[in-house]
Amino acid sequence: MVAHMLNILFLLFLPFLMLGVMSRIKALAGGRKGPPLLQPFFDMLKLLRKGAVVSRVTSWVFTVAPSLALAATLTALLLAPGVGRAQVISFDGDIVLCLYLLGLAKFFQLISALDTGSAFEGMGAGREALFSVIVEPSLFLFAGTLALVSGATSFGALFTLAQSGAWPAVAATTGTLLFFLLMLTEGCRIPVDDPNTHLELTMIHEVMILDNAGPDLAFLQYAAALKMYLFALLTAALVLPVDLSPLPAAFALPAVALLCAALAGIVESLVARFRISHVPQFLFLTVALALIALAASVYFRGGVA
Amino acid sequence: MNRLLLKDRAAIPFDDLPTVSYEAVGDIVAGSLFGGLRLVTLFGVPEERDIVRLVALFADDAQGTLAVTGVRTSRGATLPSLTPALPAFHLFERQLWEEFGIVPAGHPWLKPVRYPHDAHTPRRIEEGYPYFSMEGEETHEVAVGPVHAGVIEPGHFRFLCDGERVNHLEIQLGYQHRGVEKLFRNGPLASKSTLAESVSGDAAVAHATAHAGLVEALGDTVIPDRAGLLRAIGLELERAGIHLGDLSALCNDIGYLPGTQMFAVMRTDIINTSLALCGCRFGRGLITPGGVNYDIDDRKKDRIARTVIRIRDNAGLLAAAVFDDQSVLARFEKTGTVDTDTARAIGLVGPAGRASGLACDIRLTHPTDAYARHRFTKRPLRNGDGRVAVSGDVYARAFIRHQEIQDSLRYVLELLGHLAVAKDGIAAPVAPPRPGMIAFSLTEGWRGETLHAAVTGGEGETRRYHIKDASFHNWFGLALAVRDNGVSDFPLCNKSFNLSYCGFDL
Repeated sequence: MVAHMLNILFLLFLPFLMLGVMSRIKALAGGRKGPPLLQPFFDMLKLLRKGAVVSRVTSWVFTVAPSLALAATLTALLLAPGVGRAQVISFDGDIVLCLYLLGLAKFFQLISALDTGSAFEGMGAGREALFSVIVEPSLFLFAGTLALVSGATSFGALFTLAQSGAWPAVAATTGTLLFFLLMLTEGCRIPVDDPNTHLELTMIHEVMILDNAGPDLAFLQYAAALKMYLFALLTAALVLPVDLSPLPAAFALPAVALLCAALAGIVESLVARFRISHVPQFLFLTVALALIALAASVYFRGGVA
Repeated sequence: MNRLLLKDRAAIPFDDLPTVSYEAVGDIVAGSLFGGLRLVTLFGVPEERDIVRLVALFADDAQGTLAVTGVRTSRGATLPSLTPALPAFHLFERQLWEEFGIVPAGHPWLKPVRYPHDAHTPRRIEEGYPYFSMEGEETHEVAVGPVHAGVIEPGHFRFLCDGERVNHLEIQLGYQHRGVEKLFRNGPLASKSTLAESVSGDAAVAHATAHAGLVEALGDTVIPDRAGLLRAIGLELERAGIHLGDLSALCNDIGYLPGTQMFAVMRTDIINTSLALCGCRFGRGLITPGGVNYDIDDRKKDRIARTVIRIRDNAGLLAAAVFDDQSVLARFEKTGTVDTDTARAIGLVGPAGRASGLACDIRLTHPTDAYARHRFTKRPLRNGDGRVAVSGDVYARAFIRHQEIQDSLRYVLELLGHLAVAKDGIAAPVAPPRPGMIAFSLTEGWRGETLHAAVTGGEGETRRYHIKDASFHNWFGLALAVRDNGVSDFPLCNKSFNLSYCGFDL
């Protein structure tokens, strides 16, 4: 029960704190002080108090998409392994629901961007769709490999079972890398996307929410931050020891999440963004990582457990 | 006589202007006469009744001379367009059509330059602008502007795309009807320094220098050496400041944080040096016809020298790191390429032209004042491959900024040294413009060749004032640069040129 409450509490603050840590690290690297760590949270509170202007050319899709995207992402997060790999909601096959909920959120964001009829948003949606086509199979492939090895189809059990021996070492390495790359991609960070750019022609995620304002914008920003948090959760579930007692586990989870954010901040401080035409090549790396994990499972475990 | 040879900042009696046929103007550029000169500008001077005298100015960069010739025509006349053979005439012919209704027959792209339609047959509403369009299953158009997301000037960019690839970019400017050239005609020309500084605010020193040079040519005034030195210091500081700012912005456009932050810090130091020089970070108020408004004492001189040395060294180190970073090179190289032949054909000038391999630099080819007395030299920097970057891509246009920062700051230090012996005052009295003259003044601003020209009337009043900012034809270079590039690379290409909207929308 305590674990569930902690999970929900983390859900409310950690995604924003991750964004805050990233921007703090970038600020320090650039010789600036940077905004408060919880500034992204304050920004959301500010947006929630604001009104919204809705374009006359949009349909009901544009109106419901932000709420739907946030609801779907939040539900997906409730299915994800949290403190001590405890899920708020769990059942056999929850992993499939979780990934499809993310897909549902993305689908509505895409058609909502197209719904505005803006050339910019259409381009952004096109890019997002293309990248998803590459990223989603790698995530499914990796989750499928874990399921194959552990014989479980629920997130908590999936990660608990695959923890000792040579294969888990490969899985932990490839998985951590995979989740980190996915966090950068889905979180729209450098080198895939640039969250700070003001140039519509180069944007991906930012341009898709260009027409959203007020609470709708807050919902979409929160959903984006939650997605990053999800990949931090999966990383934590992969690398944290199984036999962690509840108290250290409660601290270890935020530590892993903030470490992921710090790493992303360091990446953003050091490298330039890719040319958009080169991003798919980079994303195929995630597929390669998932394939390595699968091949290693066959090699070390003889395939199906 | 087909053309008249001039030295720089020269004034000649307007009546001495040769009269040739319009085709002969094309022959001068095409090379069938005099071995091919570069077209600097072509503009019309309205005369009594419907007569229009066209004035064409050419530069011979190898000889360091200018040549001028004239064409007698009238409003509404039809001339054979030279653009199909000589693309450098493209915008000038459109301008003549717009201003005087002179139709360049056979012009492939006859569209307005600065007005909703053509000023000759004015329409109130902007309608029926003949945009290019493209048909196809997977083609789409992306329209950007004229109102942009940032606080910048208005300009409409229309991309004809095939997926992410740009087939063609149409740039439509002319949203600000500033009437700058007309304003120069009100009152004495020598009092228009402030107006000249406002032609394009980021090149205030360049335009003020060009204007002052024009007034001096018309009045046959020679400025003191010390004034020339201070002008050149102001001009080079402006150049270094803008280049540092642009390198920062280029890094920002690719999300490269170290470059973004540190070049911006250095830019601040340089423009603060301009502040120490004349009380304005953008160099306003420094230049006046006859000389400069502010002198510097030895203490200030030493302070400026210390800052300049520090920034020169730091910018060199930082640039070496930036141009060695793989993630940066991956974005800069082979993006937005303008090859040498294209650059020469459309008449690219300034750093953009030099990045494409053209040897155009007024400071070297047509030096005036300090640049003539204290030779400006370049020390070509080698890039990672050991070659001088003339590839015409974003990389070359960025690298040339780095190169010019080093050259400019080194030259500033040399000029500061010369100040010790140049004690001949900071301004000479300016004689009023002589009547019935035409004069030209060329300055190498940070953006490139900056031309001011004037025709005086019977009482020495300004009859016609003409400005050509480097942006005028370089905008077309940008349109060609983005062809076959990703649409998402447009901002990067745009920033590598960093052209002026107001320098175009005169």
